[in-house]
Amino acid sequence: MKGLLPDLEVIRKDFPILERTLAGGQPLVYLDSANTSQKPQVVIDTMVDHLERHNANIARAMHQLGAESTEAYEGARDRVAAFLNAPSRNEVVFTKNATEALNLLARTIDLGPGDNVVITEMEHHSNIVSWQLACERSGAELRWFGLTDDGRLDLSNADQLVDEHTKVLAFTWVSNMLGTINPVTDLVARAKAVGALSVIDASQAAPQLTVDVQAAGCDFLVFTGHKVCGPTGIGVLWGREELLNELPPFHGGGEMIETVTMARSTYARAPHRFEAGTPPIVEAVGLGCAVDYLGHIGLDAIHAHEQAITAYALEGLQTVPGVKVLGPLDAAERGGAISFELDGVHPHDIAQVLDSRGVAVRAGHHCAKPAHARFGVQSTTRMSSYLYTTPAEIDALVEGLHHTRSYFKVG
Amino acid sequence: MSAELDNLYQEIILDHYKNPHHKGLRDPFESEVHHVNPTCGDEVTLRVHLADGVVEDVSYDSVGCSISQASASVLTDLVIGKPVDQAMSIHQTFLELMQGKGEVEPDEYVLEDGIAFAGVAKFPARVKCALLSWMAWKDATTQAQAEDEGAIS
Repeated sequence: MKGLLPDLEVIRKDFPILERTLAGGQPLVYLDSANTSQKPQVVIDTMVDHLERHNANIARAMHQLGAESTEAYEGARDRVAAFLNAPSRNEVVFTKNATEALNLLARTIDLGPGDNVVITEMEHHSNIVSWQLACERSGAELRWFGLTDDGRLDLSNADQLVDEHTKVLAFTWVSNMLGTINPVTDLVARAKAVGALSVIDASQAAPQLTVDVQAAGCDFLVFTGHKVCGPTGIGVLWGREELLNELPPFHGGGEMIETVTMARSTYARAPHRFEAGTPPIVEAVGLGCAVDYLGHIGLDAIHAHEQAITAYALEGLQTVPGVKVLGPLDAAERGGAISFELDGVHPHDIAQVLDSRGVAVRAGHHCAKPAHARFGVQSTTRMSSYLYTTPAEIDALVEGLHHTRSYFKVG
Repeated sequence: MSAELDNLYQEIILDHYKNPHHKGLRDPFESEVHHVNPTCGDEVTLRVHLADGVVEDVSYDSVGCSISQASASVLTDLVIGKPVDQAMSIHQTFLELMQGKGEVEPDEYVLEDGIAFAGVAKFPARVKCALLSWMAWKDATTQAQAEDEGAIS
Protein backbone atom coordinates (compact mmCIF):
# COMPACT_ATOMS: atom_id res chain seq x y z
CA MET A 1 0.00 0.00 0.00
CA LYS A 2 1.41 3.38 -1.03
CA GLY A 3 2.16 5.89 1.70
CA LEU A 4 2.59 3.45 4.58
CA LEU A 5 5.60 4.00 6.78
CA PRO A 6 8.31 1.75 5.30
CA ASP A 7 9.45 0.57 8.73
CA LEU A 8 5.99 -0.03 10.12
CA GLU A 9 6.89 -3.35 11.76
CA VAL A 10 9.96 -1.77 13.36
CA ILE A 11 7.93 1.20 14.56
CA ARG A 12 5.35 -1.12 16.09
CA LYS A 13 8.11 -2.73 18.13
CA ASP A 14 8.79 0.68 19.66
CA PHE A 15 5.37 0.50 21.36
CA PRO A 16 5.40 -2.27 23.97
CA ILE A 17 1.65 -2.05 24.62
CA LEU A 18 0.92 -3.23 21.08
CA GLU A 19 2.27 -6.64 22.02
CA ARG A 20 -0.11 -7.26 24.86
CA THR A 21 -3.23 -9.34 24.59
CA LEU A 22 -6.65 -8.72 26.07
CA ALA A 23 -9.23 -10.97 27.72
CA GLY A 24 -9.59 -14.25 25.87
CA GLY A 25 -6.11 -13.91 24.36
CA GLN A 26 -7.29 -11.36 21.80
CA PRO A 27 -4.51 -9.22 20.34
CA LEU A 28 -4.95 -5.49 20.88
CA VAL A 29 -6.20 -3.50 17.89
CA TYR A 30 -5.83 0.05 19.16
CA LEU A 31 -7.92 2.45 17.09
CA ASP A 32 -8.38 5.18 19.68
CA SER A 33 -5.29 7.30 19.13
CA ALA A 34 -7.21 10.55 18.71
CA ASN A 35 -8.28 9.98 22.29
CA THR A 36 -4.77 9.28 23.47
CA SER A 37 -1.77 7.87 21.64
CA GLN A 38 0.33 4.97 22.84
CA LYS A 39 3.84 5.60 24.14
CA PRO A 40 7.09 4.41 22.59
CA GLN A 41 9.66 2.68 24.78
CA VAL A 42 12.06 5.59 24.44
CA VAL A 43 9.57 7.97 26.09
CA ILE A 44 8.88 5.50 28.89
CA ASP A 45 12.62 4.90 29.43
CA THR A 46 13.42 8.60 29.40
CA MET A 47 10.83 9.29 32.07
CA VAL A 48 11.95 6.37 34.20
CA ASP A 49 15.57 7.44 33.85
CA HIS A 50 14.69 10.96 34.94
CA LEU A 51 12.86 9.68 38.02
CA GLU A 52 15.56 7.14 38.84
CA ARG A 53 18.62 9.32 38.33
CA HIS A 54 17.88 13.02 37.93
CA ASN A 55 14.85 13.78 40.05
CA ALA A 56 14.90 17.16 41.79
CA ASN A 57 12.85 20.31 41.66
CA ILE A 58 13.83 22.71 38.93
CA ALA A 59 15.19 26.24 38.89
CA ARG A 60 15.45 26.47 42.66
CA ALA A 61 17.43 23.48 43.87
CA MET A 62 21.04 24.56 44.45
CA HIS A 63 22.64 21.19 43.83
CA GLN A 64 23.75 18.91 41.03
CA LEU A 65 20.49 17.02 40.73
CA GLY A 66 18.62 20.31 40.58
CA ALA A 67 20.85 21.44 37.76
CA GLU A 68 20.31 18.18 35.87
CA SER A 69 16.57 18.30 36.33
CA THR A 70 16.41 21.93 35.23
CA GLU A 71 18.51 21.14 32.20
CA ALA A 72 16.21 18.26 31.25
CA TYR A 73 13.08 20.38 31.72
CA GLU A 74 14.43 23.34 29.78
CA GLY A 75 15.82 20.95 27.19
CA ALA A 76 12.28 19.74 26.63
CA ARG A 77 11.26 23.34 25.98
CA ASP A 78 13.94 23.56 23.30
CA ARG A 79 12.70 20.37 21.70
CA VAL A 80 9.10 21.57 21.63
CA ALA A 81 10.23 24.92 20.21
CA ALA A 82 12.03 23.05 17.42
CA PHE A 83 8.99 20.80 16.87
CA LEU A 84 6.85 23.90 16.30
CA ASN A 85 9.57 25.85 14.46
CA ALA A 86 9.09 28.57 17.06
CA PRO A 87 11.37 31.59 16.66
CA SER A 88 12.15 31.58 20.38
CA ARG A 89 12.15 29.03 23.20
CA ASN A 90 10.57 31.71 25.40
CA GLU A 91 7.39 31.27 23.41
CA VAL A 92 6.79 27.73 24.67
CA VAL A 93 4.73 27.60 27.85
CA PHE A 94 4.14 24.25 29.53
CA THR A 95 0.61 23.71 30.77
CA LYS A 96 -1.30 20.74 32.13
CA ASN A 97 -2.96 20.03 28.78
CA ALA A 98 -4.48 21.81 25.78
CA THR A 99 -7.61 22.59 27.79
CA GLU A 100 -5.59 24.50 30.37
CA ALA A 101 -3.74 26.35 27.61
CA LEU A 102 -7.04 27.45 26.04
CA ASN A 103 -8.41 28.47 29.42
CA LEU A 104 -5.24 30.44 30.09
CA LEU A 105 -5.87 32.45 26.93
CA ALA A 106 -9.60 32.85 27.55
CA ARG A 107 -8.80 34.09 31.07
CA THR A 108 -6.05 36.53 30.22
CA ILE A 109 -6.96 38.07 26.85
CA ASP A 110 -8.70 41.35 27.56
CA LEU A 111 -12.33 41.30 26.36
CA GLY A 112 -15.19 43.67 26.99
CA PRO A 113 -18.71 44.64 25.86
CA GLY A 114 -18.74 45.38 22.15
CA ASP A 115 -15.98 42.87 21.43
CA ASN A 116 -16.69 39.51 19.88
CA VAL A 117 -14.99 36.11 19.90
CA VAL A 118 -15.43 33.84 16.88
CA ILE A 119 -15.15 30.07 17.17
CA THR A 120 -16.54 27.19 15.07
CA GLU A 121 -19.24 24.58 15.45
CA MET A 122 -16.68 21.77 15.14
CA GLU A 123 -14.65 22.68 18.22
CA HIS A 124 -13.83 20.37 21.07
CA HIS A 125 -15.70 21.47 24.20
CA SER A 126 -12.47 22.96 25.58
CA ASN A 127 -12.43 25.53 22.78
CA ILE A 128 -16.12 26.32 23.25
CA VAL A 129 -16.75 26.41 26.98
CA SER A 130 -13.60 28.40 27.83
CA TRP A 131 -14.75 31.17 25.47
CA GLN A 132 -18.36 30.96 26.64
CA LEU A 133 -17.09 31.61 30.15
CA ALA A 134 -14.87 34.47 28.94
CA CYS A 135 -17.80 36.06 27.11
CA GLU A 136 -20.14 35.69 30.09
CA ARG A 137 -17.53 37.32 32.30
CA SER A 138 -16.67 40.18 30.00
CA GLY A 139 -19.89 40.92 28.12
CA ALA A 140 -18.24 40.09 24.80
CA GLU A 141 -20.32 38.36 22.13
CA LEU A 142 -19.66 34.74 21.11
CA ARG A 143 -20.05 33.92 17.41
CA TRP A 144 -19.27 30.79 15.45
CA PHE A 145 -18.79 29.43 11.97
CA GLY A 146 -21.40 26.83 11.04
CA LEU A 147 -20.63 23.65 9.12
CA THR A 148 -21.52 22.46 5.65
CA ASP A 149 -23.29 19.15 5.12
CA ASP A 150 -20.02 17.46 4.20
CA GLY A 151 -18.40 18.56 7.44
CA ARG A 152 -16.37 21.58 6.41
CA LEU A 153 -16.43 25.08 7.83
CA ASP A 154 -19.14 27.17 6.20
CA LEU A 155 -17.18 30.28 5.25
CA SER A 156 -20.02 31.88 3.26
CA ASN A 157 -20.72 34.43 6.00
CA ALA A 158 -17.11 34.82 7.14
CA ASP A 159 -17.02 38.54 6.37
CA GLN A 160 -20.03 39.16 8.61
CA LEU A 161 -18.76 36.93 11.42
CA VAL A 162 -15.21 38.22 11.60
CA ASP A 163 -15.48 42.00 11.75
CA GLU A 164 -13.64 44.98 13.18
CA HIS A 165 -14.95 44.14 16.67
CA THR A 166 -13.53 40.61 16.62
CA LYS A 167 -10.89 40.26 19.32
CA VAL A 168 -10.23 36.53 18.99
CA LEU A 169 -10.68 33.96 16.24
CA ALA A 170 -10.19 30.51 17.81
CA PHE A 171 -10.47 27.33 15.77
CA THR A 172 -9.29 23.78 15.54
CA TRP A 173 -6.74 22.85 12.90
CA VAL A 174 -8.10 19.30 12.57
CA SER A 175 -11.53 18.30 13.87
CA ASN A 176 -11.46 15.52 16.47
CA MET A 177 -14.87 14.30 15.33
CA LEU A 178 -15.14 14.98 11.60
CA GLY A 179 -11.47 14.70 10.78
CA THR A 180 -11.74 17.86 8.69
CA ILE A 181 -8.51 19.77 8.13
CA ASN A 182 -9.37 23.47 8.27
CA PRO A 183 -7.92 26.22 6.03
CA VAL A 184 -5.50 27.59 8.60
CA THR A 185 -3.80 30.27 6.53
CA ASP A 186 -7.11 31.63 5.24
CA LEU A 187 -8.55 31.87 8.75
CA VAL A 188 -5.40 33.42 10.20
CA ALA A 189 -5.42 35.98 7.38
CA ARG A 190 -9.03 36.88 8.18
CA ALA A 191 -8.13 37.43 11.82
CA LYS A 192 -5.11 39.51 10.88
CA ALA A 193 -7.14 41.65 8.49
CA VAL A 194 -9.39 42.86 11.30
CA GLY A 195 -6.71 43.00 14.00
CA ALA A 196 -8.02 39.97 15.89
CA LEU A 197 -5.84 37.45 17.70
CA SER A 198 -5.78 33.99 16.12
CA VAL A 199 -5.79 30.95 18.40
CA ILE A 200 -5.30 27.48 16.92
CA ASP A 201 -6.18 24.27 18.71
CA ALA A 202 -3.62 21.88 17.23
CA SER A 203 -4.41 18.97 19.55
CA GLN A 204 -5.35 16.71 16.63
CA ALA A 205 -3.00 18.35 14.13
CA ALA A 206 0.26 18.12 16.06
CA PRO A 207 0.30 14.29 16.07
CA GLN A 208 -0.03 13.96 12.31
CA LEU A 209 0.84 17.17 10.45
CA THR A 210 3.85 19.41 10.34
CA VAL A 211 2.89 22.22 12.70
CA ASP A 212 5.04 25.23 11.85
CA VAL A 213 3.87 28.27 13.79
CA GLN A 214 5.79 30.64 11.55
CA ALA A 215 4.24 29.22 8.39
CA ALA A 216 0.79 29.20 10.03
CA GLY A 217 1.27 32.85 10.94
CA CYS A 218 -0.98 32.55 13.97
CA ASP A 219 -0.70 34.38 17.30
CA PHE A 220 -1.30 31.45 19.64
CA LEU A 221 -1.38 27.67 19.25
CA VAL A 222 -2.01 24.91 21.75
CA PHE A 223 -1.61 21.14 21.78
CA THR A 224 -1.49 18.34 24.31
CA GLY A 225 1.35 15.97 25.07
CA HIS A 226 -0.48 12.68 25.35
CA LYS A 227 -1.71 12.67 21.76
CA VAL A 228 1.83 13.04 20.35
CA CYS A 229 3.21 9.92 22.05
CA GLY A 230 4.02 11.85 25.21
CA PRO A 231 2.58 11.39 28.69
CA THR A 232 -0.60 12.86 30.13
CA GLY A 233 -0.41 15.90 32.40
CA ILE A 234 1.57 18.07 29.99
CA GLY A 235 0.37 20.44 27.30
CA VAL A 236 1.80 23.37 25.40
CA LEU A 237 0.79 26.94 24.82
CA TRP A 238 2.81 28.61 22.10
CA GLY A 239 2.39 32.35 21.62
CA ARG A 240 4.27 35.14 19.93
CA GLU A 241 6.69 36.42 22.54
CA GLU A 242 5.56 40.04 22.57
CA LEU A 243 1.94 38.96 22.95
CA LEU A 244 2.69 36.56 25.81
CA ASN A 245 4.54 39.31 27.64
CA GLU A 246 1.56 41.63 27.28
CA LEU A 247 -0.85 39.15 28.85
CA PRO A 248 -1.45 39.36 32.60
CA PRO A 249 -0.51 36.32 34.71
CA PHE A 250 -2.89 33.37 34.89
CA HIS A 251 -2.01 31.55 38.12
CA GLY A 252 -0.10 33.29 40.89
CA GLY A 253 2.62 31.45 42.76
CA GLY A 254 6.24 30.51 42.82
CA GLU A 255 8.46 30.77 39.75
CA MET A 256 6.18 33.23 37.91
CA ILE A 257 7.42 36.29 39.77
CA GLU A 258 10.26 38.75 39.60
CA THR A 259 9.84 39.97 43.15
CA VAL A 260 7.19 39.70 45.82
CA THR A 261 6.44 42.07 48.70
CA MET A 262 3.40 41.80 50.95
CA ALA A 263 1.77 44.66 49.07
CA ARG A 264 2.47 43.70 45.47
CA SER A 265 4.50 41.60 43.07
CA THR A 266 6.07 41.97 39.69
CA TYR A 267 5.98 39.15 37.22
CA ALA A 268 8.51 37.19 35.28
CA ARG A 269 8.46 37.30 31.52
CA ALA A 270 7.16 34.41 29.41
CA PRO A 271 7.33 31.50 29.63
CA HIS A 272 7.85 31.50 33.41
CA ARG A 273 5.09 34.06 33.94
CA PHE A 274 2.61 31.30 33.11
CA GLU A 275 4.30 28.42 34.93
CA ALA A 276 3.42 29.06 38.55
CA GLY A 277 4.42 26.38 41.04
CA THR A 278 6.40 23.20 40.48
CA PRO A 279 5.55 22.15 36.92
CA PRO A 280 5.04 18.60 35.64
CA ILE A 281 8.79 18.06 35.24
CA VAL A 282 9.06 14.43 34.20
CA GLU A 283 6.03 14.85 31.94
CA ALA A 284 7.73 17.74 30.15
CA VAL A 285 10.88 15.62 29.78
CA GLY A 286 8.75 12.81 28.34
CA LEU A 287 7.08 15.20 25.91
CA GLY A 288 10.44 16.52 24.75
CA CYS A 289 11.48 12.96 24.00
CA ALA A 290 8.18 12.24 22.23
CA VAL A 291 8.39 15.17 19.82
CA ASP A 292 11.99 14.22 19.10
CA TYR A 293 10.80 10.69 18.31
CA LEU A 294 8.13 12.00 15.92
CA GLY A 295 10.64 14.36 14.34
CA HIS A 296 13.04 11.48 13.81
CA ILE A 297 10.40 9.49 11.91
CA GLY A 298 9.29 12.66 10.15
CA LEU A 299 5.89 14.33 10.28
CA ASP A 300 5.58 14.21 6.50
CA ALA A 301 6.01 10.45 6.55
CA ILE A 302 3.56 10.12 9.46
CA HIS A 303 1.04 12.26 7.60
CA ALA A 304 1.38 10.12 4.47
CA HIS A 305 0.88 6.99 6.59
CA GLU A 306 -2.23 8.44 8.22
CA GLN A 307 -3.66 9.36 4.85
CA ALA A 308 -3.03 5.89 3.44
CA ILE A 309 -4.62 4.20 6.46
CA THR A 310 -7.53 6.67 6.48
CA ALA A 311 -8.22 6.07 2.79
CA TYR A 312 -8.10 2.31 3.35
CA ALA A 313 -10.45 2.64 6.34
CA LEU A 314 -12.92 4.83 4.44
CA GLU A 315 -12.94 2.20 1.70
CA GLY A 316 -13.42 -0.66 4.18
CA LEU A 317 -16.22 1.10 6.05
CA GLN A 318 -18.14 1.52 2.78
CA THR A 319 -18.34 -2.28 2.53
CA VAL A 320 -20.38 -2.51 5.74
CA PRO A 321 -24.09 -2.04 5.00
CA GLY A 322 -25.65 0.78 7.02
CA VAL A 323 -22.41 2.58 7.80
CA LYS A 324 -22.52 6.34 7.38
CA VAL A 325 -19.30 8.32 7.75
CA LEU A 326 -19.53 11.88 9.01
CA GLY A 327 -17.16 14.46 7.58
CA PRO A 328 -15.23 14.65 4.33
CA LEU A 329 -14.98 11.40 2.40
CA ASP A 330 -11.70 12.30 0.73
CA ALA A 331 -8.76 11.08 2.84
CA ALA A 332 -6.56 13.84 1.44
CA GLU A 333 -8.71 16.44 3.17
CA ARG A 334 -8.93 14.87 6.57
CA GLY A 335 -7.02 13.61 9.55
CA GLY A 336 -6.88 10.09 10.87
CA ALA A 337 -10.11 10.11 12.90
CA ILE A 338 -13.29 8.75 11.34
CA SER A 339 -16.63 9.05 13.11
CA PHE A 340 -19.45 6.95 11.78
CA GLU A 341 -22.90 5.61 12.45
CA LEU A 342 -24.07 2.06 11.93
CA ASP A 343 -27.76 1.78 11.21
CA GLY A 344 -29.69 0.01 13.97
CA VAL A 345 -26.87 -0.28 16.51
CA HIS A 346 -25.99 2.32 19.11
CA PRO A 347 -22.32 3.42 19.24
CA HIS A 348 -21.94 2.14 22.80
CA ASP A 349 -23.06 -1.29 21.74
CA ILE A 350 -20.78 -1.21 18.70
CA ALA A 351 -17.81 -0.31 20.88
CA GLN A 352 -18.71 -3.08 23.31
CA VAL A 353 -18.86 -5.77 20.66
CA LEU A 354 -15.66 -4.52 19.04
CA ASP A 355 -13.96 -4.52 22.44
CA SER A 356 -14.87 -8.16 22.90
CA ARG A 357 -12.78 -8.76 19.77
CA GLY A 358 -9.88 -6.64 21.03
CA VAL A 359 -10.71 -3.64 18.85
CA ALA A 360 -10.56 -0.42 20.87
CA VAL A 361 -12.58 2.51 19.50
CA ARG A 362 -14.36 5.43 21.11
CA ALA A 363 -18.12 5.82 21.33
CA GLY A 364 -20.01 8.91 22.40
CA HIS A 365 -19.94 12.58 21.51
CA HIS A 366 -16.12 12.88 21.68
CA CYS A 367 -16.42 16.16 23.60
CA ALA A 368 -17.97 17.71 20.48
CA LYS A 369 -21.69 17.78 21.25
CA PRO A 370 -22.48 20.80 19.04
CA ALA A 371 -20.84 19.14 16.03
CA HIS A 372 -22.93 16.03 16.64
CA ALA A 373 -26.08 18.12 17.03
CA ARG A 374 -25.28 19.82 13.72
CA PHE A 375 -25.57 16.47 11.99
CA GLY A 376 -28.60 15.41 14.00
CA VAL A 377 -26.82 12.59 15.80
CA GLN A 378 -26.53 12.02 19.52
CA SER A 379 -23.33 10.04 19.40
CA THR A 380 -21.03 8.25 17.01
CA THR A 381 -18.39 5.56 16.94
CA ARG A 382 -14.93 6.85 16.17
CA MET A 383 -11.91 4.95 14.93
CA SER A 384 -8.63 6.79 14.95
CA SER A 385 -5.33 5.55 13.63
CA TYR A 386 -1.75 6.60 14.16
CA LEU A 387 1.75 5.90 12.97
CA TYR A 388 1.63 2.34 14.32
CA THR A 389 -1.70 1.38 12.70
CA THR A 390 -1.62 -1.39 10.10
CA PRO A 391 -4.06 -2.18 7.27
CA ALA A 392 -4.71 -5.52 9.01
CA GLU A 393 -6.05 -3.62 12.01
CA ILE A 394 -8.49 -1.78 9.76
CA ASP A 395 -9.55 -5.19 8.41
CA ALA A 396 -10.19 -6.31 12.00
CA LEU A 397 -12.39 -3.26 12.54
CA VAL A 398 -14.38 -3.87 9.37
CA GLU A 399 -14.83 -7.57 10.20
CA GLY A 400 -15.87 -6.54 13.70
CA LEU A 401 -18.54 -4.25 12.29
CA HIS A 402 -19.93 -7.03 10.09
CA HIS A 403 -20.01 -9.20 13.20
CA THR A 404 -21.74 -6.41 15.17
CA ARG A 405 -24.49 -6.27 12.59
CA SER A 406 -25.12 -9.98 12.82
CA TYR A 407 -24.87 -9.95 16.62
CA PHE A 408 -27.62 -7.33 16.83
CA LYS A 409 -29.51 -9.00 13.99
CA VAL A 410 -29.52 -5.90 11.81
CA GLY A 411 -30.51 -6.23 8.16
CA MET B 1 -15.03 -13.47 25.29
CA SER B 2 -18.16 -14.01 23.28
CA ALA B 3 -19.69 -15.77 26.31
CA GLU B 4 -19.05 -12.70 28.39
CA LEU B 5 -20.62 -10.56 25.70
CA ASP B 6 -23.69 -12.80 25.69
CA ASN B 7 -23.77 -12.42 29.45
CA LEU B 8 -23.98 -8.65 28.96
CA TYR B 9 -26.45 -8.72 26.09
CA GLN B 10 -28.98 -11.19 27.42
CA GLU B 11 -31.87 -11.96 25.05
CA ILE B 12 -34.20 -10.23 27.51
CA ILE B 13 -32.21 -7.01 27.17
CA LEU B 14 -32.19 -7.16 23.39
CA ASP B 15 -35.95 -7.85 23.40
CA HIS B 16 -36.69 -4.84 25.56
CA TYR B 17 -34.34 -2.76 23.39
CA LYS B 18 -36.17 -3.70 20.19
CA ASN B 19 -39.64 -3.46 21.75
CA PRO B 20 -39.53 -1.05 24.67
CA HIS B 21 -42.49 -1.05 27.06
CA HIS B 22 -44.35 2.10 28.12
CA LYS B 23 -42.24 4.33 25.92
CA GLY B 24 -43.45 7.85 25.03
CA LEU B 25 -44.39 10.83 27.20
CA ARG B 26 -47.89 10.80 28.63
CA ASP B 27 -50.26 12.95 30.69
CA PRO B 28 -51.04 13.36 33.49
CA PHE B 29 -47.84 13.72 35.48
CA GLU B 30 -46.69 15.57 38.60
CA SER B 31 -43.03 15.80 37.75
CA GLU B 32 -40.77 15.59 34.74
CA VAL B 33 -36.99 15.29 34.80
CA HIS B 34 -34.27 15.21 32.18
CA HIS B 35 -31.16 13.19 32.96
CA VAL B 36 -28.06 12.76 30.84
CA ASN B 37 -25.04 10.54 31.03
CA PRO B 38 -22.41 13.21 30.37
CA THR B 39 -19.72 10.77 29.31
CA CYS B 40 -21.65 9.27 26.41
CA GLY B 41 -24.54 11.68 25.92
CA ASP B 42 -27.36 9.19 26.59
CA GLU B 43 -30.46 11.14 27.55
CA VAL B 44 -33.82 10.44 29.11
CA THR B 45 -36.83 12.64 29.76
CA LEU B 46 -39.05 10.92 32.30
CA ARG B 47 -42.44 11.70 33.82
CA VAL B 48 -43.98 10.30 36.97
CA HIS B 49 -47.65 10.21 37.85
CA LEU B 50 -48.48 9.30 41.46
CA ALA B 51 -51.93 8.87 42.97
CA ASP B 52 -52.73 7.82 46.54
CA GLY B 53 -49.21 6.64 47.17
CA VAL B 54 -49.16 4.46 44.07
CA VAL B 55 -47.02 4.82 40.93
CA GLU B 56 -49.84 5.24 38.43
CA ASP B 57 -47.64 5.86 35.40
CA VAL B 58 -44.04 6.33 34.32
CA SER B 59 -43.54 7.58 30.81
CA TYR B 60 -40.31 8.46 29.07
CA ASP B 61 -38.57 9.55 25.94
CA SER B 62 -34.97 8.50 25.58
CA VAL B 63 -31.99 8.10 23.29
CA GLY B 64 -29.12 5.80 24.04
CA CYS B 65 -27.60 2.38 23.86
CA SER B 66 -29.39 -0.95 24.17
CA ILE B 67 -28.57 -1.22 27.88
CA SER B 68 -30.01 2.19 28.74
CA GLN B 69 -33.11 1.69 26.60
CA ALA B 70 -33.86 -1.80 27.88
CA SER B 71 -33.29 -0.67 31.44
CA ALA B 72 -35.92 2.08 31.11
CA SER B 73 -38.37 -0.45 29.70
CA VAL B 74 -37.78 -2.90 32.56
CA LEU B 75 -38.02 -0.08 35.12
CA THR B 76 -41.52 0.85 33.97
CA ASP B 77 -42.64 -2.79 34.04
CA LEU B 78 -41.43 -3.10 37.61
CA VAL B 79 -42.71 0.11 39.21
CA ILE B 80 -45.97 0.98 37.45
CA GLY B 81 -48.91 0.00 39.65
CA LYS B 82 -46.78 -0.50 42.75
CA PRO B 83 -47.01 1.49 45.97
CA VAL B 84 -44.24 4.13 45.99
CA ASP B 85 -42.56 2.53 49.03
CA GLN B 86 -42.35 -0.84 47.33
CA ALA B 87 -41.15 0.74 44.08
CA MET B 88 -38.41 2.54 46.00
CA SER B 89 -37.37 -0.76 47.53
CA ILE B 90 -37.19 -2.36 44.07
CA HIS B 91 -35.07 0.60 43.02
CA GLN B 92 -32.72 -0.07 45.92
CA THR B 93 -32.47 -3.74 45.01
CA PHE B 94 -31.65 -2.91 41.39
CA LEU B 95 -29.09 -0.34 42.51
CA GLU B 96 -27.38 -2.90 44.74
CA LEU B 97 -27.29 -5.39 41.89
CA MET B 98 -25.73 -2.82 39.55
CA GLN B 99 -23.14 -1.73 42.09
CA GLY B 100 -22.32 -5.29 43.10
CA LYS B 101 -19.48 -5.75 40.56
CA GLY B 102 -21.19 -8.93 39.40
CA GLU B 103 -21.05 -10.57 42.83
CA VAL B 104 -24.64 -9.96 43.88
CA GLU B 105 -27.08 -12.80 43.19
CA PRO B 106 -30.15 -11.21 41.59
CA ASP B 107 -33.56 -11.84 43.15
CA GLU B 108 -35.90 -12.81 40.31
CA TYR B 109 -38.93 -12.53 42.56
CA VAL B 110 -38.23 -8.79 43.06
CA LEU B 111 -36.51 -7.83 39.83
CA GLU B 112 -38.22 -10.08 37.25
CA ASP B 113 -36.67 -9.15 33.83
CA GLY B 114 -34.28 -6.89 35.75
CA ILE B 115 -32.16 -9.91 36.61
CA ALA B 116 -30.93 -9.83 33.02
CA PHE B 117 -28.83 -6.82 33.99
CA ALA B 118 -26.71 -8.86 36.42
CA GLY B 119 -24.09 -9.23 33.67
CA VAL B 120 -23.93 -5.46 33.17
CA ALA B 121 -22.52 -5.06 36.67
CA LYS B 122 -19.30 -6.70 35.44
CA PHE B 123 -18.80 -3.91 32.89
CA PRO B 124 -18.07 -0.78 34.95
CA ALA B 125 -18.41 1.48 31.91
CA ARG B 126 -21.98 0.28 31.33
CA VAL B 127 -23.39 0.49 34.85
CA LYS B 128 -24.23 4.16 34.31
CA CYS B 129 -26.18 3.21 31.18
CA ALA B 130 -28.31 0.76 33.13
CA LEU B 131 -28.92 3.23 35.96
CA LEU B 132 -29.76 6.31 33.90
CA SER B 133 -33.54 5.92 33.84
CA TRP B 134 -33.63 4.49 37.37
CA MET B 135 -31.91 7.58 38.76
CA ALA B 136 -34.24 9.76 36.72
CA TRP B 137 -37.24 7.90 38.10
CA LYS B 138 -36.10 8.29 41.71
CA ASP B 139 -35.45 12.00 41.17
CA ALA B 140 -38.87 12.53 39.54
CA THR B 141 -40.67 10.54 42.21
CA THR B 142 -38.99 12.45 45.03
CA GLN B 143 -39.98 15.70 43.36
CA ALA B 144 -43.56 14.54 42.87
CA GLN B 145 -43.78 13.54 46.53
CA ALA B 146 -42.33 16.87 47.68
CA GLU B 147 -44.85 18.70 45.54
CA ASP B 148 -47.62 16.59 46.99
CA GLU B 149 -46.55 17.34 50.55
CA GLY B 150 -46.27 21.02 49.69
CA ALA B 151 -49.83 20.98 48.43
CA ILE B 152 -51.14 19.39 51.63
CA SER B 153 -49.36 21.74 54.05
